[in-house]
Amino acid sequence: MTKDHAVQMQGVVKRFGDTLALDGVDLAVPAGAVYGLLGPNGAGKTTSVKVLTTLIRPDAGTAIIDGIDVVENPNDVRRRIGLTGQYAAVDERLTARENLVYIGRLFHLGTAKARLRAGELLDRFDLADSADRVVKGFSGGMRRRLDIAMSLIANPSVLFLDEPTTGLDPRSRLGMWDVIEDLAADGTTVLLTTQYLEEADRLAEQIVVIDQGRVIAEGTPDELKSRTGGALLQVSIARAENRELAMSVLTPLCTGRVEVRDDRTFEAPITAGDRVVPTVIRALDDAGVDVLDVVVRRPSLDDVFLALTGHVASAEEATS
Amino acid sequence: MNRLQATLHDSFVEAERHLRVIPRNIELLIFATIQPIMFLALFAYVFGGSISIPGFDNYDQFLMPGIFSQSLVFGSAFTSIGLAEDLSKGLVDRLRSLPMSRSAVIIGRTVSDLVRNLLTFGVMLVAAFLLGFRFGGSVTDAVLATGLLVLFSYALSWVQALIGLAVSSVEAANSAGFIWMFPLTFVSSAFVDPSTMPGWLEAVANANPFTVVTNAARSLYNGLPVGNDAWLSLAWSVGLVVVFSMIATRKFSRSTSS
Repeated sequence: MTKDHAVQMQGVVKRFGDTLALDGVDLAVPAGAVYGLLGPNGAGKTTSVKVLTTLIRPDAGTAIIDGIDVVENPNDVRRRIGLTGQYAAVDERLTARENLVYIGRLFHLGTAKARLRAGELLDRFDLADSADRVVKGFSGGMRRRLDIAMSLIANPSVLFLDEPTTGLDPRSRLGMWDVIEDLAADGTTVLLTTQYLEEADRLAEQIVVIDQGRVIAEGTPDELKSRTGGALLQVSIARAENRELAMSVLTPLCTGRVEVRDDRTFEAPITAGDRVVPTVIRALDDAGVDVLDVVVRRPSLDDVFLALTGHVASAEEATS
Repeated sequence: MNRLQATLHDSFVEAERHLRVIPRNIELLIFATIQPIMFLALFAYVFGGSISIPGFDNYDQFLMPGIFSQSLVFGSAFTSIGLAEDLSKGLVDRLRSLPMSRSAVIIGRTVSDLVRNLLTFGVMLVAAFLLGFRFGGSVTDAVLATGLLVLFSYALSWVQALIGLAVSSVEAANSAGFIWMFPLTFVSSAFVDPSTMPGWLEAVANANPFTVVTNAARSLYNGLPVGNDAWLSLAWSVGLVVVFSMIATRKFSRSTSS
């Protein structure tokens, strides 16, 4: 157990009845890092977060925040963490400011300091204009911003964000990404869970892929992408009449079938890392085909997930 | 801040959260008040003429304390709905991840529900007076009677807290919190003399703590000898609070959104 890890899980097991929700999860997040816990529904993401935030006790294994065991000293852990759960946990009968002051007082900041902190957070999360409106009328994106602001009221050293953009419209999602990137820039340790691969790719410096209660892969987004090995080559040619010729040139260079996208565009799988672009351009040029564009698309995390788990990450409504 | 101070502080913050919003949802308060007043009027006018109770010249004097008692008990159902809502909306998860007192969330909730019940009760008392109800004893007796009723309602709030945390949705809390109150309040001395019931039901009615509390309050409101009922009803209320506060707090410490 090293001290510079803000979050650690070792062999954490959690069973709900017959269901094995966590089957020996290991995780280590360095202080100040942003980690993404990526997996489909029911993979164990939320259960992991609940163990780390003292909401459920693990059946086996240890979970440690800032060197403190969550089972042995839950209250000391609670002083250091902020939790934004899957639902925007706000009291919608209160105003945004009241929600913040309320949580601040429960942290025993004192009313004056809680008010001050609430004001800062309202400004920072762009809620100052709606600060004294009842939350019931807030949009999903505003609720989520308030929710995160409430988690930050006592300056936690570790912030847990459980599917922070689930249920948000695309524009609010982009706004939330900016918020999370700002937090990361401030040096807060963030563990976020998501089933959106794009989100993990954008926000997390390190991604832990979890499936059926086990960690099945870990690495930077780039490392995970290169692990699938393949990439996709896209070639556009200048004249449609060269189509047959271009296909006959491309076929021996690729690892699979060449697909025709339209008259002048082809797609084919290639081995990533080859010096394939110059080779393709030279071969087409030698055959007398004018090339407009050659693009190598690296695999998305969706492709990675499929390669790792053998199934596609489902995007159904979030539950567990 | 020691542990007790922290619990009191956190309970106060929680209670304030609920009390602050009462004026914002005046509709809820109005409808919560209309129902018992409607009961008062319906029972007094519909049954008033056909029911006579030995020892009472006037059915209203017998009935109205029963309706006070029933309304306060029904009012405790707010607790299960409120906690189920906090649980399903993830607020319980948030609160459990804070370094706050475990029992404060339920104490704050039950205390604020008590205040709301008192507001409703005040309006109902005025309505009862307009319908002809009078205190037969001293004002102190009436205050004691009210205290016993309110305390029993508070005790049932803790039972409701457990229900709210045990069920999986607000809708379920709404049903589960209400359903058992009908037999509890009807198989009792609230509306009729239990001696008119079939023998087995009479036994149940007489053993019902609601009967004990209602009898105590009714005697005090009417200036009649209260006997052991006052102490018994106090014992029931305190016992329920002690037992259910332990169970409900324990349940709270393990509750999490599904």
